Amino acid sequence: MLASAAFAEIEAVELVFVWSAPVSESLKTPLHDWHVARGGKMVDFAGWRMPVQYGGLVDEHTAVRERAGLFDVSHMGEIRLRGASALANIQRLTVNDASTIEDGQAQYTAMVNDDGGIIDDLLVYRVASDDYLLVVNAGTTGKDYAWIVDRLDGEVEATNESGDWAQIALQGPKAADVLSEIFDEDLGSIAYYRFALSSYGDSPAILSRTGYTGEDGFEIYLAPEHAPSLADQIMTAGEPHGVLPAGLGARDTLRLEAGMMLYGSDMDESRTPIEAKLGWIVKLDKDDFIGRGVLQQQKADGTDERIVAFKAVGRGIPRPGYPLLDAAGEKIGEVTSGTFSPTLREGIGMGYVSSPLAVPDQEIFIEMRGKAIEAVTVKPPFYRRQR
Amino acid sequence: MADYPDSYKYSAEHEWVALDGEIGTIGITDHAQAELGDVVFVELPEVGSTFDQNAVFGTIESVKAVSDLYAPISGEVVEVNDDLVDRPETVNEDPHEAAWMVKVKLSDASQLDGLMDVSTYQGSIQE
Repeated sequence: MLASAAFAEIEAVELVFVWSAPVSESLKTPLHDWHVARGGKMVDFAGWRMPVQYGGLVDEHTAVRERAGLFDVSHMGEIRLRGASALANIQRLTVNDASTIEDGQAQYTAMVNDDGGIIDDLLVYRVASDDYLLVVNAGTTGKDYAWIVDRLDGEVEATNESGDWAQIALQGPKAADVLSEIFDEDLGSIAYYRFALSSYGDSPAILSRTGYTGEDGFEIYLAPEHAPSLADQIMTAGEPHGVLPAGLGARDTLRLEAGMMLYGSDMDESRTPIEAKLGWIVKLDKDDFIGRGVLQQQKADGTDERIVAFKAVGRGIPRPGYPLLDAAGEKIGEVTSGTFSPTLREGIGMGYVSSPLAVPDQEIFIEMRGKAIEAVTVKPPFYRRQR
Repeated sequence: MADYPDSYKYSAEHEWVALDGEIGTIGITDHAQAELGDVVFVELPEVGSTFDQNAVFGTIESVKAVSDLYAPISGEVVEVNDDLVDRPETVNEDPHEAAWMVKVKLSDASQLDGLMDVSTYQGSIQE
């Protein structure tokens, strides 16, 4: 079947994350040994050793959709901005309007460069009016921190707290029930994209009702040394609910079904938020911010290309890098994310195409091993949970 | 975990061959299906087509991986397991029996001598 040398690499290679090239000194999260003890198949991702799956990807995916799944997301980066000018700096560095969020509220946003190219997508947590936590992608943490520090102005201090925080995500309809057995907070009172300051093991913790799966759930920030204990507690409390540990493989299929993009695959510095259909987070009615000129012009005039979601109509599974073709067989783009959807039982994906084709109900084709497989563009998400 | 039949021959690319007269039945091993994960798509050749040893005769995909199928022996396809098209998960459930992929009329039975017996193959997949 496979050349045997390549065999062991199959999961890592085929996940096709841009940072998946094995590196010699991969970092380990505080849960590394916890994953190995539970049979996690470890791969290199964004410079970290991470579990791609434990028992089976589809079982883990289904557990999150129907019950709940536990993800180690400790590799994510956390950058703290404190000081009277913290908000002014965030307003200049990010495209969304951070002045609209309150204490205990989070906001999805992006940092762009002077050309509007996306440096990273991130969450901004407002802890207090002079205290913000920026949660950034693992592979971009160093780049982001340098970008921010070089541009700070006024009374503000930036700290890279990435090593000070572990992060465990519990995602799925049973997440609140399970965590209610562990934390004293009234989790039901934490609304979507809100968070509560808590503690775990006598150290500060943050309970955030956010996630990357399209399900209800929480992301819990806590001290690294307490992460294995919390993970154990969640699995124990979750056992009657059928909670499973879930790896990067399920995380990728879940987020793609939910229509969420992955930095490094679906967006990077060569793409702007307008091309990535993130215009809704670009707020032009605030003070000047980095990249504003380009984004204002693109909002008004449009862009040549935009991202579009599609489903395979013919038999086949879109994979990153596969060419996208128009009806005449001309190449119009490439798949940036693609997978078999465990929920829908069909091939789904996204990629950049010329803007007239980047709307629903267009017939396009995906070139798979020399054959053109029919696909149709759709309005994301592919999957929307019942509320 | 599925048993590895003593009567089968095994390739380094993780296929098995079962010989019955001049007809060889080909599938992938339990080790291969476990490495792939949940199989969701199998593409097989037409009856009547021929392939040489080590040629690509089909494709198998799991949720996150795609892999070519390499012919462990040369021959002409006389039967294809079309059930796998509708129930690809059979490859995970019963790789050595129900999930056979193609039956071929061998063009060179001596090729079997170059494949591994069960103990050699099982030794090769120990880490």
